[in-house]
Amino acid sequence: MRGPRALSPAGEIASYLILSLFSLFAIYPILRVLAISLRPGDRLLSKSLAIIPEDATLATYQRLFLEEPFLKWMGNSVIVSIAVTIVGVGLAATAGYAFSRYKFIGRDTAMIGIITTQMFPVTMLLLPLFIVLIKLKAYDSYLALIIAYSATALPFTTWQMKGYYDTIPFSLEEAASIDGCSQFGIFWRIVLPLATPALVITALFSFMTAWSEYLVANVLIQDQDLFTLPLGLKMFQSNMEVAWGLYSAGAVVVSIPVVTLFLFLSRWLVSGLTLGSVKG
Amino acid sequence: MMAGSFGERRNNRLAYMYTMPALLVMALVVLYPFIYNVVVSLSNMNLTRFRDWKITGIDNYISVFADRSFWYFLFKTGLWTVINVFFHVVIGVFLAIILNKDLKGRTFFRTILILPWAVPQYITALTWRGMFNSEYGAISLILDKLFDLRVPWLTTEWGAFTACLITNIWLGFPFMMIIALGALQSIPDTFYEAADIDGASWYHKLKNITIPLLKPVMIPAITLGVIWTFNNFNVVWLVSNGGEPSDTTHILVSWVYKAGFTYFRMGYAAAFSMVIFGILLIFSWNFIKKTKATEAIY
Repeated sequence: MRGPRALSPAGEIASYLILSLFSLFAIYPILRVLAISLRPGDRLLSKSLAIIPEDATLATYQRLFLEEPFLKWMGNSVIVSIAVTIVGVGLAATAGYAFSRYKFIGRDTAMIGIITTQMFPVTMLLLPLFIVLIKLKAYDSYLALIIAYSATALPFTTWQMKGYYDTIPFSLEEAASIDGCSQFGIFWRIVLPLATPALVITALFSFMTAWSEYLVANVLIQDQDLFTLPLGLKMFQSNMEVAWGLYSAGAVVVSIPVVTLFLFLSRWLVSGLTLGSVKG
Repeated sequence: MMAGSFGERRNNRLAYMYTMPALLVMALVVLYPFIYNVVVSLSNMNLTRFRDWKITGIDNYISVFADRSFWYFLFKTGLWTVINVFFHVVIGVFLAIILNKDLKGRTFFRTILILPWAVPQYITALTWRGMFNSEYGAISLILDKLFDLRVPWLTTEWGAFTACLITNIWLGFPFMMIIALGALQSIPDTFYEAADIDGASWYHKLKNITIPLLKPVMIPAITLGVIWTFNNFNVVWLVSNGGEPSDTTHILVSWVYKAGFTYFRMGYAAAFSMVIFGILLIFSWNFIKKTKATEAIY
């Protein structure tokens, strides 16, 4: 008998076909940006569909790093994103655990409250923020940015953590309790390691939120020295005709750390830690 | 995993300690601006009355509902949300099921398929806008070369809407795929092995094992997916370059942004935001109640 994850030969071919088709859909726009970023400066507006253009050159990248304040923006984005990741994982891991395992007064209200914030249109928080900042002249604070981003990611990550904790058998915790583990010890040493896949998703999600956010940063940050990558790239974008190549090169560079992070961490997404521990 | 195998502790003090940090942050960033927004929505604040504004009552709400564009963009937003989330979930779960099988190179495919999610949203939107460009855009060039077809993507109302849809489906399916894959991988193989011994068909396994165990993870993801899509400012705004052609390509949230930040009608925009929030609140409340997502499912 075949195992539950094995496929028949026909199923295998169909699977590869489907995966290839969607992979092409997924990767084409990225290749397209890559192609434009490699074009020589005088052929930015070209009708070519070639992925590697003739006379491919890295001149645009050179300009990006040497003549534009691109590296500075990247440093700023890294600082903000790492801070948001740490804060975000800490908040979601604890709150999600309480929602999954404890029955307490206000639990349902708090859970609904957290999800309710996701229904706020961005303008609802941005407009008051905008008005207050103009009145106080309180621009250019990363602290405000970090707190705002952590709150943006929190509703999803908390619910996600809760959903994952729910799939971890409670019997494991009971066993640890019988062995004399404290309640916090159970959370820290038993549950959290088992929840690694969910924690990774939470961390990635928090990082992505901070790395990719444009609108809030646009309202909070005015000083060009404090620009994060989205604000910087937007400067190129506002002049697409001239800076089309610069934008494309910037887009490629901005996407690389995120993609690398995914590649590096993706094996954690598959880890069957829960599976292993239940099977013993 | 029978009912009752999941215990729940009753220890209020510890539970509050776990939730307190998260709730504090939410109060600061969300609750305070929310209250401020309510106040502005009842005022006559705009560009000329920025500092000497006063409370004027529900005038702003009346003008929102009296505005025909509100009803039109509400319809468009509904269409936008349903089509997007449908494709996100169907494509995502479908690919997750395939990726959960024993396939050579599945890590490679998974990596490629995650890419749309990995790319920052504003970059996606601007890149697709470039690809829909009628002269130099890749999509226009390909359609022209292969089918001799010229689609006026960005210059007509529904062309621009479709362009936004394609862009958003592209960037949204990997999220659902990863969530579904995570849930699928936490289902023990033994469940399927036991079902095989009982001679269950693939359909029965899907219906009785896969879907029930996907549910507790997917329901929150879908609820949030609907809300995010409903409020997806970035794609609509950046692909249509702020609602082009002539302010027809909007969903509610991009329209209210234009009112607030381009026309500086603060009171009107604040009231409009409240209405959008109200719509989502009613939807989600019903959705959560029906699916009982706040309770443990099994």
